[in-house]
Amino acid sequence: MSYVFSIEPIIENWDALAFGALMTLALTGIGAVVGVATGIVGAVSRAWKIKVLHPVFTVYVETIRNTPFLVQLYFIFFGLPAAGVKLNGWEASFLAMALNLGAYSTEIIRAGIQAVPGGLIEAAQSLAMSRYQIFRHVILRPALKNVWPALCSQIIIVMLGSAVCSQVAAQELTYSASLIQSQTFRAFEIYAFSTLIYLGLAIMVRRCLHEFGRRVIVGRRS
Amino acid sequence: MIEFTLWDIIRHLGTGLAWTGGLSLIAFVLGGVAGLGVLIARISPCRPASRAARIYIEFFQGTPLLMQLFLIFFGLGLLGVNISPLLTAALGLTLFTSAYLAEIWRGCVESIAPGQWEAGQCLALSRRQQLRFVILPQAVRIAIPPTVGFSVQVVKGTAVTSIIGFMEITKTGSMIANATFNPLLVYGLVGVGYFLMCYPLSALARRAERRFQCRS
Repeated sequence: MSYVFSIEPIIENWDALAFGALMTLALTGIGAVVGVATGIVGAVSRAWKIKVLHPVFTVYVETIRNTPFLVQLYFIFFGLPAAGVKLNGWEASFLAMALNLGAYSTEIIRAGIQAVPGGLIEAAQSLAMSRYQIFRHVILRPALKNVWPALCSQIIIVMLGSAVCSQVAAQELTYSASLIQSQTFRAFEIYAFSTLIYLGLAIMVRRCLHEFGRRVIVGRRS
Repeated sequence: MIEFTLWDIIRHLGTGLAWTGGLSLIAFVLGGVAGLGVLIARISPCRPASRAARIYIEFFQGTPLLMQLFLIFFGLGLLGVNISPLLTAALGLTLFTSAYLAEIWRGCVESIAPGQWEAGQCLALSRRQQLRFVILPQAVRIAIPPTVGFSVQVVKGTAVTSIIGFMEITKTGSMIANATFNPLLVYGLVGVGYFLMCYPLSALARRAERRFQCRS
């Protein structure tokens, strides 16, 4: 058997692959921001057992965490139009990623909030800090700081999971790779190269997130 | 056109669910065995072995499962091996699981106090004996809750194998959805199927965590 590896299809289509990689990053970025914001709301509702929100978020978290991302995506993209909600591939992918990350970050951030010692809150109260100040500086920030590494890993997992968004025609990296593959019939080369791009993206995003965590969330503490 | 009653849909999805369960089981058991090997390499004092294991783990944790499956499917095809979707799925998920389990277990092994290794050394146990009789029995207790928790990820990971054409519940679901024009119901039921499989595992992981926390 003589199969000659060819990197030509990769070189010729580098712009499509680069575009795909950028779109994967965009998908991850927006998904991460909305997801973590949802996670903060959910974590507070669950940690403090806020009336209506607590059961709603419990059902939400359990549903999302116990079903695969792909099925959530299919449900949103193929299922919801039957109920009158029409979304294109991008919108469905964004929504699915934000919902997915929201559920996981709810649980992660909740663990952080519950780990804040009660004495710390009492100390803040005795310093006459307002409720908002206590929440922001004494609860949320230390909580986020403690769980940031776990949150970073989850964001990376969601980014890698976004490879299946190609199935609903969102033009991210896997979609570009499949398209080039179908035009050039060089499946192995294209997929091997895309895999390396994903690996590079994962390493890069992890570094950036850790740096972001160090500068913004930990902030200036002496 | 064939009419599908609700019972027909559920019956077919049930068959798909059985395949999902079977594949998960294969991946989890074989992945566990392979993961133990990777773990031993990862914590071994032999530098090249531990570095190779680190690269292996980094690769499988840093790339999408879908890409891993594509590479196996098309890569082995290039080598002239005609590989079925089932074999691709089983192989891909086994490798994927082994990398994650090795990393989870490494954390458990490293949480054992170094004094335990030293105590083993003082008793003139070889490194293998230290691992076998001193470290692993203690690490296993810590490892149970996260391992059960990870099994949920394996079950959910099997959904991706539908893309390379393995007939598990998601693939069955998309075919039925195309035939019945009722995707809302069918994908809803597929979700329910996964939930029925994963929720007990999640609950079990939570219970195990609470139990092992109380004891230590």
